[in-house]
Amino acid sequence: MSTPTWAQLTNLGVAVLFILSLKALSSPKTARLGTLVGAVGALVATVILFFSGIELNNLIVILVMIAIGSAIGAISARRVKMTAMPQMVALFNGVGGGAAGLIAVVEFLHLDGEGSLLFLIFTVATVVIGSVAFSGSIVTYLKLQEIMTTRPVVIPAGKWVTILVAVATVVLAVWGVIDPQFWIIIVLMLVSLVFGILFVLPVGGADVPIVISLLNAFTGLAVAASGYVLGNVLLLIAGTLVGASGTLLTMMMAKAMGRPLTSTLFGAFSGTTAGSAGPGSDRPVRSSSPQDVAIMLGYAGKVILVPGYGLAVAQAQSTLRELADLLAERGIDVDYAIHPVAGRMPGHMNVLLAEANVPYEQLKEMDEINPEFPSTDVVLVVGANDVVNPAARSDESAPIYGMPILDVDHAGQVVFLKRSMRPGFAGIENELLFDPKTTLLFGDAKESLTKVVASLKSL
Amino acid sequence: MDGVALLTIFILSIFVGFEVVSKVSAVLHTPLMSGANAIHGIVLIGGIIVTGSAETPLELILGALAVLLGAINLVGGFVVTDRMLEMFKPKKAAAKEGDA
Repeated sequence: MSTPTWAQLTNLGVAVLFILSLKALSSPKTARLGTLVGAVGALVATVILFFSGIELNNLIVILVMIAIGSAIGAISARRVKMTAMPQMVALFNGVGGGAAGLIAVVEFLHLDGEGSLLFLIFTVATVVIGSVAFSGSIVTYLKLQEIMTTRPVVIPAGKWVTILVAVATVVLAVWGVIDPQFWIIIVLMLVSLVFGILFVLPVGGADVPIVISLLNAFTGLAVAASGYVLGNVLLLIAGTLVGASGTLLTMMMAKAMGRPLTSTLFGAFSGTTAGSAGPGSDRPVRSSSPQDVAIMLGYAGKVILVPGYGLAVAQAQSTLRELADLLAERGIDVDYAIHPVAGRMPGHMNVLLAEANVPYEQLKEMDEINPEFPSTDVVLVVGANDVVNPAARSDESAPIYGMPILDVDHAGQVVFLKRSMRPGFAGIENELLFDPKTTLLFGDAKESLTKVVASLKSL
Repeated sequence: MDGVALLTIFILSIFVGFEVVSKVSAVLHTPLMSGANAIHGIVLIGGIIVTGSAETPLELILGALAVLLGAINLVGGFVVTDRMLEMFKPKKAAAKEGDA
């Protein structure tokens, strides 16, 4: 059942398409083309598989499953709100990891454990990495969807439980290679699933995107390993590409957040992420009316808008743009300051604002905008919290300590539009809220912004 | 193909993987991750291969599940990436309509 040469050559072409796709995705101008190139490659590879002379039984089952899976994937990807997109990606990644794990199990069953040492090692590796990626991604989904708490979950003696499970995984994996029996593979799969959960549970909310990216790289590696198991070169190349690029991407994201990867992953174990409830939230804050905020903004010379996830949740992007346009008409200098992890993932806020037709040029990245805060009269923070929290600079015990932040506290005045005094995603108090130069406007971001816009129009 | 040849491909692919994304701007981190996520959905063909050679009901059930999950990953991954990038295209005309 060897693959004919033409099919092998076509697969080589597909591998090249995947490389070009990743390359194109790295530049704003060609990114969309990159998606298309990748999708075409995937389609070609799938279609030629049916004509490449490989014996395929159970054809109806295969085609029905492809149809159902494609429908589920396409419909959920179409329907998901852009704000919920990161967890959608996590979920897609998880099922991919699950698929790789299952493939290894089936191939193991099929060959009844007979195979070279390398075959067995890669089979066991696929099962472990695929399972970890699957269960870990499900937990990140639950966290981002806020079905479960976004704060680090620290189980009593969690460190030891995790170490124990990790050791069990390694022992079972080695055992499975030496003595290939089906029940060992099944137990290994279950233990790996538990490890995936324990691995992600202690990760705090703000670090979840980095973990999604890491699990994405894991799935890539699982797919590569499954390619080895099946002797399929395309799976090996595609999986490895994603594994390698995903690892690099994870490191770049961690760097953008100023968090060494190790502290992201193991921070909760060392107890530094406890996020002290801090001095009570009943301290006085200065809250204000939409009219006052409109006056502050309307008579400023320079305004910087800091959009956060709360803005997106309230679907207030276009109202914010309307406000920015009004201010610009009054001759006020307006910019948007985009923190690298504004929203839920690096680049997420850019996607959300682009959806509201905010001109690309007005979006300023953190390094570009930070020197401008001291010369800014008013900063309007809409639904953001952690990314402007000075505790990241000063409080070594804060879970976000060391993360680069937008220096909004250097501006003349700061206005927060907030729903409540509830802390941000990282679950910590923001001292800036109690600062004398800070004004708060409570309420739904969209309602508040609409009122500010109305007041501004009547100035 | 023998193990060493596969290993060679594996090692070289690692370098290519590192190289292609080394210059990505922070703005594109999310779409790039999503695109990479879609590409590993090609695991679908692995699912098809094992299901196609399944001989026992257990193999068939697990294989079919792998096909299902792989297809979700592949199709969903590309669609969601495209939706994200759709937002990046210049649409000045649309913006003007929005103002009216």
